[in-house]
Amino acid sequence: MLRRYQADLHVHTCLSPCADVKMSPLAIVKRAQTIGVDILGICDHNSAENAPAALEAARRHGVSVLPGMEVTSAEEVHILALFDAPEPARELQETVYRHLPGENDEETFGMQVVANADDEVLGFNQRLLIGATTLRVEEIVEAILSLGGLTIAAHIDRESFSLIGQLGFVPDDLPLDALEISPGISHDEAVRRYAPSLPLVQSSDAHKVEEIGRCRTGFLVEEASIEEIRKALEEKEGRRIVR
Amino acid sequence: MTLREVVERLGLRALTSDVAGDAEVTGGYTGDLLSDVMANGRPGNIWITMQTHQNILAVAKIKDLAGIVLVNSRRPDKETVWKADKENVTVLGTNESAFRLSGRLYRLLEDP
Repeated sequence: MLRRYQADLHVHTCLSPCADVKMSPLAIVKRAQTIGVDILGICDHNSAENAPAALEAARRHGVSVLPGMEVTSAEEVHILALFDAPEPARELQETVYRHLPGENDEETFGMQVVANADDEVLGFNQRLLIGATTLRVEEIVEAILSLGGLTIAAHIDRESFSLIGQLGFVPDDLPLDALEISPGISHDEAVRRYAPSLPLVQSSDAHKVEEIGRCRTGFLVEEASIEEIRKALEEKEGRRIVR
Repeated sequence: MTLREVVERLGLRALTSDVAGDAEVTGGYTGDLLSDVMANGRPGNIWITMQTHQNILAVAKIKDLAGIVLVNSRRPDKETVWKADKENVTVLGTNESAFRLSGRLYRLLEDP
């Protein structure tokens, strides 16, 4: 049966150096449960190492988590990848790691905490997750697509690290599933400004616990899966975005 | 000053088959954000950038730029070269940085 799911498809964890250290996988899931967010996309910068913990915490708290990643392209464009399971996210992560130079400087960029579902610290990621990969936008989209993931251009309304900011407009023939707008713009204003040829989703890009769910996208779908969300984006079989 | 003259005086190399040498150069614009160049680039400008994505060609066409110069020895993507030839956009290259090339272009245009 179709029902309405509230999704926040772009949430960081304490693995992202720029996110609050209180953004543990467990804290995020608990917060989502409290405020009525049904689906969380876990998208840390260039890594999915906290996605398994978020999935486990989510199972205990009746929330759905889609493991994913916010990949930085060579052009410094942020692309969101979302999957149903941790394996393809880990595969994408391996590709990303092979093309991600540099080491993190905790004092400058912040800590990159890997945690488990019980709020325990497992370790610290040493890579320069805030940096850019050497992968072009097209290569990233292709990699996500080949792993069966959902591909979304992140916060297109922002001037920095966005597809439209960096590259001026959405490149022809780039097989994206959707464009994301940030909390900084209304849906109507985004439609006026960009006349998008792709579906628009809005998410929080939360870096702090209180930011989770501040922007959401409603999906009329049967379950919280990539396949169902893709159908909703394509308006197939009665699935759709509900505002 | 024509693009041909600028290319010669600054020692730029052609990365595409054709250089629209007769184009009149009106000035320059330096930047890597394509949205910014779309907002602030002017017709006849030489655009100095390190972005190699094929979208640079559309920006050059929309803004009627004289040409694009890729700095720091950056090579354009394969698709970019192919498309540039097809759409008659001049893409040039230099080993110099954006700062240095911008300075030299500025001096050349101010005091030819």
